[in-house]
Amino acid sequence: MAKKAQPNSEMLKGTLDMMVLRTLVGGDAHGHTIAKIIERNSEDVLEVEQGSLYPALHRLEDRGWVSSYWGASENNRKAKFYKLTAAGRKQLVRETSRWRQMRRAIGLVMGEELAGNGGGQ
Amino acid sequence: MNLRRFSLLRLFRRRRADAELLEEMESHMAEEVAENVARGMTDAEAHRQARIKLGNPTTVRESLWQQNSIAFVDKLARDLRYASRTLMRTPGFSLIAIGVMALCIGASTSLFTIVRSVLLKPLPFRDPNSLVMVYERYRLSEFPIQYAVAAPGDYLDWRAETHGFADMAAWTPSDFNLSGEHADLPEKIIAGAATWNFFSVLGVQPALGRMFTQAEDRWNADTVVLTWGLFERRFGANPSILGKQIHLDSKSYTIIGVLPRSFRYPSERMQVWVPYQSVTPPEYMHNHAYHQSHVVARLRPDVSVANAIAQVSAVQSRLHAEHPNQAVSEAAIQRSLNDDLAQDVKKPLLLLVCAVACMLLIGCLNVANLLVARGAARRKEVAIRGALGAQRWTLIREQLMESMLICFAGGVVGVTLSVAATQWMIATWKNLPSASGIHVDAEVLAFSCGLMFIAALLAGLMPAISSTGKSVLAALQASARTVGGSLSGTALRKSLLTVEIAATVILLIASGLLLKNFLQLRATNLRCATDNVLTLAYSLPQAKYNTPNKVTTFHEQLLDRVAAMPGVQATGLGQTVPGTGEVEGDAFLITEHPRGAGEDLSFALVRRADPGYFRALEIPLVNGRFFTRLDVDVEHRGQKVIINHAFAQRHFPGENPIGKHLKVQLWSDAEYEIVGVVADTLHQVDAPPEPTMYFQAISGSDLDGTLVARTTGDPLSFAIPVQKQIAALDPELPVSDVLTMRQIIGEWLGDLQLMASLVLAFAVLSLVLASVGLYGVLSYLMTQRTTELGIRMALGAQRQQVLRLMLTDGLKPALAGLGLGLAASLAAGRVLRSLLYDTQPLDATVFVVVAITLLSVAMLACLIPAWWASRLDPMQALRTE
Repeated sequence: MAKKAQPNSEMLKGTLDMMVLRTLVGGDAHGHTIAKIIERNSEDVLEVEQGSLYPALHRLEDRGWVSSYWGASENNRKAKFYKLTAAGRKQLVRETSRWRQMRRAIGLVMGEELAGNGGGQ
Repeated sequence: MNLRRFSLLRLFRRRRADAELLEEMESHMAEEVAENVARGMTDAEAHRQARIKLGNPTTVRESLWQQNSIAFVDKLARDLRYASRTLMRTPGFSLIAIGVMALCIGASTSLFTIVRSVLLKPLPFRDPNSLVMVYERYRLSEFPIQYAVAAPGDYLDWRAETHGFADMAAWTPSDFNLSGEHADLPEKIIAGAATWNFFSVLGVQPALGRMFTQAEDRWNADTVVLTWGLFERRFGANPSILGKQIHLDSKSYTIIGVLPRSFRYPSERMQVWVPYQSVTPPEYMHNHAYHQSHVVARLRPDVSVANAIAQVSAVQSRLHAEHPNQAVSEAAIQRSLNDDLAQDVKKPLLLLVCAVACMLLIGCLNVANLLVARGAARRKEVAIRGALGAQRWTLIREQLMESMLICFAGGVVGVTLSVAATQWMIATWKNLPSASGIHVDAEVLAFSCGLMFIAALLAGLMPAISSTGKSVLAALQASARTVGGSLSGTALRKSLLTVEIAATVILLIASGLLLKNFLQLRATNLRCATDNVLTLAYSLPQAKYNTPNKVTTFHEQLLDRVAAMPGVQATGLGQTVPGTGEVEGDAFLITEHPRGAGEDLSFALVRRADPGYFRALEIPLVNGRFFTRLDVDVEHRGQKVIINHAFAQRHFPGENPIGKHLKVQLWSDAEYEIVGVVADTLHQVDAPPEPTMYFQAISGSDLDGTLVARTTGDPLSFAIPVQKQIAALDPELPVSDVLTMRQIIGEWLGDLQLMASLVLAFAVLSLVLASVGLYGVLSYLMTQRTTELGIRMALGAQRQQVLRLMLTDGLKPALAGLGLGLAASLAAGRVLRSLLYDTQPLDATVFVVVAITLLSVAMLACLIPAWWASRLDPMQALRTE
């Protein structure tokens, strides 16, 4: 089940799921909004393709971390909205702490300073 | 677990999920486009940019589709589709193969259903495996019964003196006239008389009420337990009948309980149970020669069967020594309850199982054969796919799927057929015990599924392996112009055919032997009148016919009335007629021949006959005279006896038996004078005449009678008038077994006929299958060798030579199979021997007829393709690829 190749700004494996969950903390959103938020918050470094976004959303829904419903978008278009579930919130906490550990570990290996914005904020 | 369920759900929702995704992405796209337009792009540019950014939607859909699938199931579905398409492409082949499998699996399922219920399924008792039946065993070689019922005295002593069994109980069959309460007709019902502990030994609880108590088990007891069948049929399953009275033989009995529906022991015909001692007169309770009891015993967990039965044998041996002048056996013998009930059907059933197994094998081989042929035709395809990188396992799996599909479809049809077939078998096979308990259930279905799977493997694996095993190069080369034809595929098919034909020969010979046996028996002369003879049984209730005078008066009046009817030529009274298989017998002594020390007692069959019996049945007198009405002694049986020829020959060789005396019922001092010798008759169709003693039938103590009337026309047309005569004498007396002599013989032979015709049907089917196989192989061979034959003919081969060439090629496996089958039949004949009466298992006629039939069918199957081969146009043949 190899995922289709992703272009330039290749994301770290598993991080997209985490970011999608994080995006939904702010409220229910449909695919386009989710992609937009990730792009905007990453200062347009991360570009979310449909090819990775929808399989990810589907996966998250399958595991019960998000739920979905059809609703109307801001422009009054029919769109599928995603909502963070309780299990999804827990998963987000787990993922975040794992991500922080990982970031610290990689930082250590790469010899970067820890003082900066790293740590445990 | 959870994950698996999710993925399965996803699997079935793929299509819907895909549609939703499409809609979702479209809306995403629309948002993007709207945004781009807002940034000031033209419509076309906005669309283009959105597409560039969002990527190929089909790729997304595909990846999600795959994410939702399970690889294994997907492959399976693909194989299934592929196989069903291949099968659809050749509907003729598929239908034949499915039909063959349907018949084979259907027959096996039916038979398994019956075998399981009759031989394998434990009886509905507590721990049925520790129950055994115990019988008396005579060491005497001339004694016709291997498992002899016990006498009440024996049973009581066994129970008191041995410790190998947890408990023993006894029952004996009896019958009653159940008279109607209101307007119901009186009817004769079969009853069981069981000791008070019988139901607790079996571990059976009543469905309603209670069972007998020890105190109720006595002479003149008046309690009765109903079976569920009678309770439902006669009393509408109304529980309020508990405590009510019913009348058995005009005597009032209180209903104390009802047995559960599952209790059908020993057969469904047994309708009520009464206490054991109520049918056994007190003076017989300690008798050791009054044989009437079936003893059932429960083993103690810590004692082996052999040990327990040895203890019983020891007691019996002592009893034998204590009663030298009575029919008391030397030992005891046991057998399982299932065997006890299935005694007459076990061997035929096992024979049918073998026959069906043979047929199943032939069916599988046939389908395998057809598949090999297809495999050979698709060699090119397989080779190319192999060359392109298909794994061998994938190719085998695909081909197996085909045979799976065939067997599955065949199995479904077969199981459906088998439901009907089982019903038919139960209805036709009279001796089958617990007939209504036989039905298709989950276990049977599981068996059929297993069978389908095995058949599919058997039929599919060999062709699949053989057709995929060839090296790619060889196969591709062979697919160019061939001259020699590939021999390996043909060799496999030929060996399959040989086995198939051998199995067919075995079946043919078995069916031939059974058929001959049946035909011979059907032609058997019972040595008495069988045409235009009506028989009819009745039983006088003791309560009403309580003096010997009343009994004899009834019998005599009835005989006189029937004899006076127009069209009745002769009448007689007995307790049975020849051909019924009745083996009631007794031990006897000859007063004039003092018995030497240690000499065994002799046995003879016991029959009763009135003065008219022999004339009515046209049994000739050899010596002396028949009974007369003057012999009728109201108080006791006339003290006169008539013996048959076999008796005279065995016990009075070179002597005149007339005037000699026989002592029977050796516990009494009854002595009978021999007044006549009559010719032998057969007590059953498939047994030689036994020494027989005839006692006077009209006596004060004989309440049962079988009326025999020889008529001028169709005997059945006299059935109603004769019954009217009985009703005129006693309107409450029920009549049973209204049968003609022909019907009695037919009933006895019915099972044999069923057996012979079933095996014959299997054999004919196998023959057809084998010849289709032969034809298929040879036609295939012919198309393979078309070019070769063309060259031969171009070089001057004669048509006849080609014909001979092809014929010998086809007949070789037929001959090999025939030889193999004949050899195997020699062994099979040994197994069959016990089912044959007057037919030898190595019957030359049967073997010759089978060999000729098989060869001519094989010849015909080969001749058609061989003839086509010889008609080939050489030029045409050479051009064919």
